[in-house]
Amino acid sequence: MSKDLPRDKNYVGKLGYSYRRNLHERFIESILFLSALLSVFIMLAIIVMLVKESIVFFQHVSIWEFLTDTQWTPLFDDAHYGILPLVAGTVVSSLVALCVALPLGTIIAIYLSEFAPFAVREVAKPFLELLGGIPTVVYGYFALLFVTPLLQIIFPELPGFSLLSAGLVMGIMIIPYVSSMTEDAMRAVPMHLREGSYAMGATRFQTAIRVVTPAAFSGIAAAYILGISRAVGETMVVAIAAGMQPNLTWNPMEPAATITAYIVQVSLGDLPHGSLGYQTIFAAGLTLLLITLVFNIIGHLLRKRYREIY
Amino acid sequence: MQNSEESNEYKSAVKNLSFYYGTFNALKNIDMVLHDKKITALIGPSGCGKSTFLRCFNRMHDLYPGNRYEGDIILYPDNVNILQPKVDPIEVRMRISMVFQKPNPFPKSIYENVAYGLRVRGIKQRAILDEKIEDALRNAALWDEVKDRLNDLAFNLSGGQQQRLCIARALATDPEILLFDEPTSALDPIATASIEELIADLKDKVTILIVTHNMQQAARVSDYTAYMYLGELIEFDETDTIFIKPKNKQTEDYITGRFG
Repeated sequence: MSKDLPRDKNYVGKLGYSYRRNLHERFIESILFLSALLSVFIMLAIIVMLVKESIVFFQHVSIWEFLTDTQWTPLFDDAHYGILPLVAGTVVSSLVALCVALPLGTIIAIYLSEFAPFAVREVAKPFLELLGGIPTVVYGYFALLFVTPLLQIIFPELPGFSLLSAGLVMGIMIIPYVSSMTEDAMRAVPMHLREGSYAMGATRFQTAIRVVTPAAFSGIAAAYILGISRAVGETMVVAIAAGMQPNLTWNPMEPAATITAYIVQVSLGDLPHGSLGYQTIFAAGLTLLLITLVFNIIGHLLRKRYREIY
Repeated sequence: MQNSEESNEYKSAVKNLSFYYGTFNALKNIDMVLHDKKITALIGPSGCGKSTFLRCFNRMHDLYPGNRYEGDIILYPDNVNILQPKVDPIEVRMRISMVFQKPNPFPKSIYENVAYGLRVRGIKQRAILDEKIEDALRNAALWDEVKDRLNDLAFNLSGGQQQRLCIARALATDPEILLFDEPTSALDPIATASIEELIADLKDKVTILIVTHNMQQAARVSDYTAYMYLGELIEFDETDTIFIKPKNKQTEDYITGRFG
């Protein structure tokens, strides 16, 4: 029998060190390693660029002024460099978005994972994912030309640009991300845990809320964090529908610029490279990066604290 | 048999029960009884329908579409067929509890795991919960090991302790019948021995139906044994009779290890 097997002397039967096989393995390993390294490298490059350019900015503007000044007017003759108005705009629009996306996304996930019959789920999921595939610029015009006029019927004093309108539409946009990840986390909860709950006389709803949700907590937390990061980093909707005036306000009924909207505005403008006004976008970008970094760290800690053990 | 006798001696009677997973006929015309406050074991080779049969008693099959029961499982003293569509499965599960093959504590504290059945019944008073939980944990022989750490996460317990916690959880609601689906198959021999001892102790309080792969276990703990094969009930009798002088050749072959 063994005579019939094709044998390569280099590969089979030699009990020594196989240079060819080893070389082959090492080659593959290094390609995999380089691919992994590439993403780390890009991340580092972005951070280095942001920090380097920000240092130039902070040589002209003190960090104290940057963090405490209540005006952001880097392009005016009387220039002020207070990041607070942009942070406020970002926080308010994100909060409005999250007030929509987290509850609705969670409810949809609970329905799809625990209640929906197979046929409904098979139809609803692709539609939800389609909602996530719509270009954000379309959402922006949807907010500006449809949602804002609709809101003005209820709040006649609402201006044409507002954080409320942008936030609401951003929330709708984020729903699929939250619901899809939350649903995945809930469906990953093993059936025997659900059966244990049903066997105690629990209803579907009690099982979903008291057993499945806590069991899926780490995945749900990850979904929420992703939703928050998306809201904070979202650009197009707020740039179009929230207005671009930096405005220190906590009132969602007012127009205001977010960090991202400001960066778009400056990037598109005709400011000369190297001017202080141009340099501001790096400081703003660094701020944005730090905010999302904080959320990612929180998400990581939550995941570790409530890791899934079934 | 008269009804008055049945209600005293029997906790439940299975009459001409058949069960279908879609079109697959998993149980065929089973007739059997559960003696009140006794332990009945279900034995048979893999795939013979023991677990399917057990799960009819708390209507677990209702959770999945396409399943169908035929025939009756009468619960005494109510004398009601619990398989009727008009009987709410949740009401059935309120009276017939179950312990699973793999310990499946909830992602909650030890205390809240045992409190679960009471909480879904709407009981909130701390005093009642405290008392019921202590009773259940004592009856499950777990109280001494966990009384100082009731707020610890249940996952921190060992496998055998987790299974006893699941038994405590099932006992906390004072069920009339307790179903065990191979409760020791995921446990080491020492934990198995303690669970078996516990099951034997529990029969003063509750009627027990236990599915087991392990014939010695059936012989050790049960009063009655049913041998099933390919969805049919081949023989049902007192455990001693089944293991010493079974009437059916198939049962004898299985018991003596010639097959299965």
